[in-house]
Amino acid sequence: MRALPVVSLRSRGHVLAAPAAQMQALARTGVPAFDEVLARHGRPPLEAGGIEVLQVNVGKLCNQTCGHCHVDAGPDRREVMSHDTAELVIELLRRHPAIPTLDITGGAPELNPQFRYLVEQAAALGRRVIDRCNLSVLLLPAQRDLVGFLAARRVEVTASLPSFRPSGTDAQRGDGVFAKSVEALRQLNTAGYGKGGGLVLNLVHNPVGAFLPGDQASLERDYRRELQLRHGIVFDSLYTITNMPISRFLEHLETSANLERYMELLVASFNPRTADGVMCRSYLSVGWDGALYDCDFNQMLELRANHGAPQTLAALLAAGGPAPRRVVTDRHCFGCTAGAGSSCGGAVPG
Amino acid sequence: MSETYYRPHDLSRFSEMGKERPELWAKFLDYYNAVFADGALTAREKALIALGVAHAVQCPYCIDAYTQASLQNGADREQLTEAVHVACAIRGGASLVHGVQMRNVAEKLGM
Repeated sequence: MRALPVVSLRSRGHVLAAPAAQMQALARTGVPAFDEVLARHGRPPLEAGGIEVLQVNVGKLCNQTCGHCHVDAGPDRREVMSHDTAELVIELLRRHPAIPTLDITGGAPELNPQFRYLVEQAAALGRRVIDRCNLSVLLLPAQRDLVGFLAARRVEVTASLPSFRPSGTDAQRGDGVFAKSVEALRQLNTAGYGKGGGLVLNLVHNPVGAFLPGDQASLERDYRRELQLRHGIVFDSLYTITNMPISRFLEHLETSANLERYMELLVASFNPRTADGVMCRSYLSVGWDGALYDCDFNQMLELRANHGAPQTLAALLAAGGPAPRRVVTDRHCFGCTAGAGSSCGGAVPG
Repeated sequence: MSETYYRPHDLSRFSEMGKERPELWAKFLDYYNAVFADGALTAREKALIALGVAHAVQCPYCIDAYTQASLQNGADREQLTEAVHVACAIRGGASLVHGVQMRNVAEKLGM
């Protein structure tokens, strides 16, 4: 993957900053509609049932500007969740104990002033809390106490590390990010993370280019051996995630003339078995402004939860809580159903 | 001349080799898939070996396929390049070591 300009699409005034332009670009590739392919395989439209994970995107502010970011996050983005909205998130958890997990993402979610409030409140309610961490944020001077804060509240850390090799990680996430990631992982290990003692450290691999991830179990073996041997780092599990053809990865696909080939690859690799386990069936995604979506990717495309489901946290609370809903889909959804499938928890069990 | 013996599109027609003798194709595929399954070597290591061999046998289909497979299984360009150098070293070394035969003949015939 070639180096990309280190500012967001939004700041560059790029046409792909607009969600509608992204969906039009995917439609122009000529690949069929997602629901059409589902039907071709005898599958009904996707439906979400009980919520296993409440995934809250607290905003687009980030200390990195990765070349594949589906959020178009960066230091120049200012969208951040307010305290009032964070209170609604906690209220939802308080009223609905059947939602077991709060998954906090961004941007770099730790940079949001509400991050620690959300963690503390959700942990006090006895919920499993996941921090989707870019690792380098742990090294920022203002975040020096962050590892200790997370460990004290038993927060699961799910950290991005696209490659156990420096060149791949730096090509995708920026020069010097691999070295920073290794340093941050050492700090997490020192605090007890990834050692099987209850402080969970999971790593996320995504391809450094326009291809699908390899076999998750095999890659996990390589990561485990290489990180231990070369850097003395240990972790719990590796998740493989497919790059979603939206936002900055879509820009990369267009500029490298890979878009049509990549979309054809996603559709040709459609695996109907993954439709049972894709994350939208058990997730509810909350935006920084309290809007509701079926997943974080739909959130970035501004495709709100629909088909009669509440579209904001306030409306959801007023409606008495989550109910089964039909998932909103578009052509980017092929990113979650290709090959072994892809979710925030890695390959989809088939 | 626009026609060549090697056309990228032909790689996707590989399975046509199963048309006349499907039972032989099935045996080949079973063996092939078993070879590339995770074992004592990971899928990445096997893909890198295959990439080196692909260069040694100079098969453009295999080079295309195993460059992709190596990347997909987590290898980076540095590792891909090293794999090609391994193939190059063995091919070059194989030529050079036959120089001993040359020396044997020259020593036998020479004065």
